[in-house]
Amino acid sequence: MNNATANGLPPGRRAIDIVNAGLSKRYRRERRFRLYGISAILASLLFLSFLFGSIISKGYTAFQQTFIRLDIFFDPAILSQESLTTANYPGVVKQSLRQMFPEVTTRQDKRMLYGMVSNDAAFQVRKLVLDSPEMIGQTLPIWVAADDDIDMLMKGHFDLDVPESERRINDVQLAWVDRLQQENRVEKRFNRTFFTAGDSREPEQAGILGAVMGSFYTLLVTLLLSFPIGIASAVYLEEFAPKNRWTDLIEVNINNLAAVPSIVFGLLGLAVFLNFFGLPRSAPLVGGLVLTLMTLPTIIIASRASLQSVPPSIREAALGIGASKMQMVTHHVLPLALPGILTGTIIGMARALGESAPLLMIGMVAFIVDIPGGLTDSATVLPVQIFLWADSPERAFVERTSAATIVLLAFLIVMNATAVILRKKFERRW
Amino acid sequence: MMSPSVIFIAILLLMSAAYYAGRKRALAVAGSRAGLARMHSRPTYYGLLTAMWCGIPALLVFSSWSVFESGIITHLVVAGLPDAIRDLPADRLNLVVNDIRNLVSGNIVSADIDQTMRSAADHYLELQAISHASLAVVILAMTMAAIAILMRIIAPGLRARNQVESIIKWILIACSTIAIFTTIGILLSVLFEAIRFFEKISITEFLFGLKWSPQMAIRADQVGSSGAFGAVPVFAGTLMISAIAMVVAVPVGLLSAIYLSEYADRRFRAVAKPLMEILAGIPTVVYGFFAALTVAPLIRETGIGLGLDVSSESALAAGLVMGIMIIPFVSSLSDDVINAVPQAMRDGAYGLGATKSETVKQVVLPAALPGIVGGVLLAVSRAIGETMIVVMAAGLAANLTANPLKTVTTVTVQIVTLLVGDQEFDSPKTLAAFALGLILFIATLILNVIALHVVRKYREQYE
Repeated sequence: MNNATANGLPPGRRAIDIVNAGLSKRYRRERRFRLYGISAILASLLFLSFLFGSIISKGYTAFQQTFIRLDIFFDPAILSQESLTTANYPGVVKQSLRQMFPEVTTRQDKRMLYGMVSNDAAFQVRKLVLDSPEMIGQTLPIWVAADDDIDMLMKGHFDLDVPESERRINDVQLAWVDRLQQENRVEKRFNRTFFTAGDSREPEQAGILGAVMGSFYTLLVTLLLSFPIGIASAVYLEEFAPKNRWTDLIEVNINNLAAVPSIVFGLLGLAVFLNFFGLPRSAPLVGGLVLTLMTLPTIIIASRASLQSVPPSIREAALGIGASKMQMVTHHVLPLALPGILTGTIIGMARALGESAPLLMIGMVAFIVDIPGGLTDSATVLPVQIFLWADSPERAFVERTSAATIVLLAFLIVMNATAVILRKKFERRW
Repeated sequence: MMSPSVIFIAILLLMSAAYYAGRKRALAVAGSRAGLARMHSRPTYYGLLTAMWCGIPALLVFSSWSVFESGIITHLVVAGLPDAIRDLPADRLNLVVNDIRNLVSGNIVSADIDQTMRSAADHYLELQAISHASLAVVILAMTMAAIAILMRIIAPGLRARNQVESIIKWILIACSTIAIFTTIGILLSVLFEAIRFFEKISITEFLFGLKWSPQMAIRADQVGSSGAFGAVPVFAGTLMISAIAMVVAVPVGLLSAIYLSEYADRRFRAVAKPLMEILAGIPTVVYGFFAALTVAPLIRETGIGLGLDVSSESALAAGLVMGIMIIPFVSSLSDDVINAVPQAMRDGAYGLGATKSETVKQVVLPAALPGIVGGVLLAVSRAIGETMIVVMAAGLAANLTANPLKTVTTVTVQIVTLLVGDQEFDSPKTLAAFALGLILFIATLILNVIALHVVRKYREQYE
């Protein structure tokens, strides 16, 4: 083999030998590279399951709440018929607590005792009395919500090994709880308040309904504006626009807006909608306007892709039988592109539902107890509620934050699943 | 009560009435089936034309009226206030106006309402009622006139379809220009406030100053509130957190994209890809909560276990979680780019005896590099603009440090802290947020333009 020397190889060694010598090393490298790839994927999936695991394990307990059974004596001395709406209902609750623990005498101990049930108990009693005033004079067992510290204790979130002075619950209260438990007066039940109440400073009275309604109104505005406007822009750019500088400018703008940080849209909302047009702060109307501007690029891009996938033959056939260009679009192209447009819209809405940064700028972070009933009421949205609760120091709010997150993620999963099903069902290969 | 929403609904009702009137008129003009064939357009188009002429001008008047109404009424109310109040400085006067507005909308908190305020509020309500009533009259007159005119001009020769279509086309054009107006709106809103800020603080101090502490002193002798606006620590913190995020996201995202497009079989791909995309769909506030509640304490405990001094709001925790958030972004962009590399190039490499990984490293990646760089630039712009994770997991203290275990702050955190809550609109503190917003917008804009340009160029190369 004289060629070998001619190729610059040392005499006696063939090219195949060199290849063979390096082969096992190369194969090892190949396997290693493959391993990097698969471990990258596994790492991200591990993050995902860690995140879900951590949130679900912290949050699922919030769907239950500890209740205490009190024997409430509807004392006619306190509840006189004339002033039933303004009577001293907390006094009724306190009185029955004192009767259950007659040994409690000092002021300090009494305050601790009263602190075991939620403030909500008084409102509960008030509602009962107003609904059926014939109860007055009787003693009835009534389940009232426990205070959040007791709730946390029952759910096992307190480490009882720490010294008493560092605990939120002291040994006296522990003894009371034990006694209540022995008398079967403590029970964990489904936490309805969490789904039917607005925000509150007291964890056991705090719920997500206010935030959910706020999100609903905000998304309603967003959907009503961004869906028609998005389709209109996509139809114009895809079907009518001449190819010139002007339409190029619009295209570049849309692509850029899709990548502008969301907080910048919040600055726009603050400067333009609130300060220039004088729209109300914290209102779902303004939130919806800001989110519309934010989701429009997403919807336009998705709608254009969907319009592009309708084959030209459909257009030519429509034009061929004498339809005008507008009729071709509205009668043929748009209906065929609609599933894709809807998918894009749902994905855009899902993103808007999870968005919070721009809404912080327009004041949707206020502490709002009332459940919003319209587009201009003060409101907050679900992600911002999560943000607000995440800042609260009480242990019980950690659990509620996680539970609100679970609800938010459930909404998002439903929306995205709808989008996927829609795509699968109506996807057409031309 | 003629509230705006009633008027709006009335316009919609009038529009539908106009549609039926126009259609009926067209049918009446045509007379018979044969007459219908002589009409230029189908009856529906005459109805639509009537509805449009009736509704569109009315809606335009309605919306411009709503925009300017409160400003004009406020002006008139202020003009009617006693001189003593009108001579107040502008910011005090604003407070008074705010009080009057609150009184009008009925959500007044304070119990004591003095007589002038009460009468001003009554004046406001009175003017508002006049304004609503006149708006209703104007709109009713306009719509009726439009319907009456259309009734007269509907004739077989009227080219209703062409008119309707050209109106629709103009509506489409108007919708598509909203994108441009949004960009202009963003630019103007941050630019104006930023210019006002730079009138008070010089640009050089802002861009190159090393101390950031935006709390302004209320009293001269107050401690610790010097009002320094040197943004370098803020920029440095942003860059550090983004860099940490990139260190996590780029290798993981790129490697998973390579595995998914080059190695994985269809079934694995069909499962793994949507799962990774879930990561992209999780709201950022959830990541922020996760970072603050789980990751930051974990890092702190590990650090203390190793004998390191870790801050509880370390840059590492925020950057790490942000990196996780960006992984699917990097991976799906790189996936597209890698798939766009022609199969012939891979086949060529295999033909020369290269292994799969050698093909990827020496042929596919170099060919896909411009696209990947574009994708990474987009990811960087995403990281810089990300807000909730850093607001919840990074700190407020503007430390100029290179230690990722210390607390740093970012541009977005500062914007949020400066603008959330009560604010006066003239203090440099509030305006500083807009200056930071301007920098953020420009930085991300430049990154996006470069990235989109690179990606587009790259796509054209192989098409």
